Amino acid sequence: MKKKLVLIGNGMAGVNVIEHLLKLNADRYDITIFGEEPHPNYNRVMLSKVLAGDVSMDTIILNNDDWYVENDITLYKGEKVTQIDSEAKTVVSSTGKVVPYDDLIIATGSSAFMLPLPGVEKDGVIGFRDMQDCETMKKAAKTYKKAAVIGGGLLGLEAARGILNLGMEVDVIHLGPHLMERQLDPTASHMLQQALEQQGMNFLLQKQSSEILGGERATGLRFQDGTSIDADLIVMAVGIKPNVQLGREAGLHVGRGIVVNDVLETSIPHIYAVGECAEHRGISYGLVAPLFEQGAVLAKKLAGTETAPYEGSLVYSKLKVSGVDVFSIGEFMEQDDVQGITIHDAYSGVYKKVMIRDEKVVGAILYGDSSDSTRLLSFIKNETNIADLKKTDLLTNVDGGTESVGVAHMSDDEIICGCNGVSKGDICQAIKEQQLQSVEEVKKVTSASGSCGGCRPQVSELLTLTLGNDYDSSKEKTKMCSCTDYSRDEILEVIKDKQLTYVREVMHVLEWKTEEGCSKCRPALNYYLGMIYPKQYEDDATSRFVNERMHANIQKDGTFSVVPRIYGGVTTPAALKKIAEVAEKYHIPTVKVTGGQRIDLLGVKKEDLTNVWEELDMASGYAYGKALRTVKTCVGDTYCRFGTADAMGLGIHLEKYFERLETPAKVKMAVSGCPRNCAESGIKDVGVVAIDGGFELYVGGNGGVNVRAGDHLVTVKTEAEVVETIAAYLQHYRETAHYGERTSTWVERFGLAAIQEVLENKEERERLLLAMQQALSQYKDPWKKVIESKEKQKHWYEVVSVPE
Amino acid sequence: MTLMNSAQWIDVMNEKDLLQGTGKKVVYKGNEIAVFKAMNGDVFAMENKCPHKGWGIVDGMISGKHVYCPMHDRKINMDSGLVEKPDTGCVQTFQTEVSNGKIRIAFPIT
Ligand code: SRM
Ligand SMILES: Cc1cc2nc3c(=O)[nH]c(=O)nc-3n(C[C@H](O)[C@H](O)[C@H](O)COP(=O)(O)OP(=O)(O)OC[C@H]3O[C@@H](n4cnc5c(N)ncnc54)[C@H](O)[C@@H]3O)c2cc1C
Ligand code: SF4
Ligand code: FES
Repeated sequence: MKKKLVLIGNGMAGVNVIEHLLKLNADRYDITIFGEEPHPNYNRVMLSKVLAGDVSMDTIILNNDDWYVENDITLYKGEKVTQIDSEAKTVVSSTGKVVPYDDLIIATGSSAFMLPLPGVEKDGVIGFRDMQDCETMKKAAKTYKKAAVIGGGLLGLEAARGILNLGMEVDVIHLGPHLMERQLDPTASHMLQQALEQQGMNFLLQKQSSEILGGERATGLRFQDGTSIDADLIVMAVGIKPNVQLGREAGLHVGRGIVVNDVLETSIPHIYAVGECAEHRGISYGLVAPLFEQGAVLAKKLAGTETAPYEGSLVYSKLKVSGVDVFSIGEFMEQDDVQGITIHDAYSGVYKKVMIRDEKVVGAILYGDSSDSTRLLSFIKNETNIADLKKTDLLTNVDGGTESVGVAHMSDDEIICGCNGVSKGDICQAIKEQQLQSVEEVKKVTSASGSCGGCRPQVSELLTLTLGNDYDSSKEKTKMCSCTDYSRDEILEVIKDKQLTYVREVMHVLEWKTEEGCSKCRPALNYYLGMIYPKQYEDDATSRFVNERMHANIQKDGTFSVVPRIYGGVTTPAALKKIAEVAEKYHIPTVKVTGGQRIDLLGVKKEDLTNVWEELDMASGYAYGKALRTVKTCVGDTYCRFGTADAMGLGIHLEKYFERLETPAKVKMAVSGCPRNCAESGIKDVGVVAIDGGFELYVGGNGGVNVRAGDHLVTVKTEAEVVETIAAYLQHYRETAHYGERTSTWVERFGLAAIQEVLENKEERERLLLAMQQALSQYKDPWKKVIESKEKQKHWYEVVSVPE
Repeated sequence: MTLMNSAQWIDVMNEKDLLQGTGKKVVYKGNEIAVFKAMNGDVFAMENKCPHKGWGIVDGMISGKHVYCPMHDRKINMDSGLVEKPDTGCVQTFQTEVSNGKIRIAFPIT
């Protein structure tokens, strides 16, 4: 008969043990799992990303309900174990179930440590530990504006970043004088603080909280020094405490966690503990890498397979906040016997420090560029003697030098991705069997590097190792494309510095790897040059995609579509007649009303395009361009009984004002006359919603592939302010976004608060407005330009028919 | 892939009418031919038909010896007609020459 295995805690550590066990010996146990949370097992590490809006809740589920069924596991979700009887060998649950076991695993994890402040029980005061907490924060952000996070460590900063993305203001309160002091030295910490301030976080350092203010719900926080702040949401991220209550009551030996030996046995036979609730050789870990290593050992022990003992884990930290790159491992402060080697490039925001004791690396901080992390990790892991190395080489990318210590020498079952427990063997196998070509693909298939991203360099090395020369890692970085190793920002800097003015010149000076670039970098460079030199730059038509080059959208049969401007979606009988006549005359097969409130003539032959434009005598609607597209409107107060403003009038004005403006990606706008929002202003790049006595501006909305509701940028009083704000906003976008990046992604990357700050800065705003004026002043209707030039018609629109 | 068993040279256009970095569609005996001029002035001709979906390639972006299909960005070698890996396929190419200011194509006789 099968033995009975009970697992308490349906979390990352416990379920990982079960997964391993099933692989080793699926028939040994009848398995029962109790989980207090009402969800199947999910990836807790990714909660930060869920909060920040990078991924959705359901994508972080690790084992769905079907998995438990398929593996014959009895799962009690939302049910807590309240008692262990080690004599009778049973557990008792909150609903009174009594379940016998032969072997028992305790994997109850930890809870957020809540400071025992007066008022801590109020609504709106939470920790950041589970899905429930995420939901609470998301909900609070809908109603409330101000949040405070207590604790400036990894978890606190990730919480704060997420809250910013939810559109709330956030103060981070920290007891010590600098952030992440358990991972960073003061220099790195300052750099981090500055970067996060630019993202819109506000820091209150050396502040000790003394009381939570408010009635039923928290409204603020008071400090020991007598000062206070407003806050409707207070997140405590000051530490975790292992859930040991159950173990203690069962009579287990408990220190900080439930004490276990090298095979994860507690002080009572047949009871094991694993993960954050366990204490091994005096350490209770708070990261996932150790729990996977513990899990592998425990699974083997339970399966009856031989296992090496668990001897502790080497852990590193990586901050999961977009826009900052922070890696830390081991020791990082100088002492008598520990020396540090540092590189500090304040200009590019890079700081690296490696700590050495007795010719061995014992720790490191990498800020701004963590590409050396793999090498340093293996130096530490292998306790490599570095006496023969030039010490500064530790911090420079010496190619080849990494090979002897890198992933090649790891054994197949060594864990590469600590967050998701993916081993070297898993990754290499997936690369080979599924012919994976990039880190992205490996991430999709194995989830390695999908969480904190710290193992990205190692995954990249494994690709090189497995694929050899077929793998080109330079394609991977945030490099513009495979033609260059430079990033967008680096390239723009050089263009400005050296005043480069042609696409080919940029490629030449920056030593492009291809002779003439590719379909990615050429249009991008053409855009950047035009944006930097609005007046002087001469557009390079050959570097544009067909639609932008032809000023019409290509169809699969080689014909084109023509969409004239219908400003604000408002037309006239005369204009409609004209469209009808032209459509008939040129036998245009399809006339369609678009989703953008205008009319599309589809199926126009290339050689007819110029005639069609000429006879329409209308402005190009830029339906093909990375440019201003439509401005949708509703009827507004002209007719509508709810209207509070002239939506049509304002929409038409905006479309005329910004028409032809070229942008990193297409820009769509809408104006609605009241909050009923019939023009769908909430899912536009810029949406205006009139309210009584003013206008709300929404930005970063998108109705396409990844639907995103716009963020409220600002509320203004007059139409003039609407236009001015949009002008400054769009110019900021034009200057800082990557080519091809819609405002929705751009707003997420920069953070709404940081954008608001730029627009509120008077000097910067003036500069942006001036630059926008300059940009707008030099555009001409592209259809007209072609109509006026016989040469253009011949070169671009002619089709040659050779007589037989 | 160049079919040259037997071919007939046809004049298709003035050399100066084809801009560097562009393509032009030529129709001959009901066949569509895409004629391209690279940035360095070299002239190429190939069937106007992408191996991916069979749609036209003449409006693609040209870079060096390659044209990027305007439909889904397949990268096609204008000389050999081969599609760059990891995609696959091959387009029929024709020999070209420039003489007396005219672009000429070797059109196969079938
Ligand atoms: C004509 C139109 C469909 C229609 O018949 O209604 C259309 C047609 C195309 N859309 Fe669209 N989109 C049209 C409204 C929209 C809308 C609705 C809107 O604008 O209110 C959306 C969602 C809103 C948004 O963009 O946020 C939309 C989201 C997309 C996307 C996804 C963009 C994204 O960021 O996720 C693409 C793909 C892209 O741009 O890469 C796309 C791309 C395309 C392209 C250009 C595909 C292409 O590159 O060939 C289509 C051209 C068809 C053709 O062969 O002519 N179209 N497209 C609409 C033209 C509106 C206009 O008057 O200019
Ligand atoms: C927001 C956030 C970000 C993080 N980021 C990282 C990171 O980037 N890198 C990293 O290494 N680590 C990170 N961590 C830490 C990591 O998530 C934990 O180390 C890991 O989840 C611990 O796993 P565990 O199984 O021990 O505990 P848990 O995952 O907490 O699982 C324990 C489960 O047991 C349940 N339980 C408790 N008591 C009982 C009971 N009596 N009966 C039944 N069920 C019970 C709990 O409800 C819980 O579901 C992060 C944590 C959070 C919260
Ligand atoms: S949704 Fe847009 S892109 Fe897709 S088929 Fe329709 S028009 Fe084309
Ligand atoms: S038709 Fe050419 S790439 Fe798809």
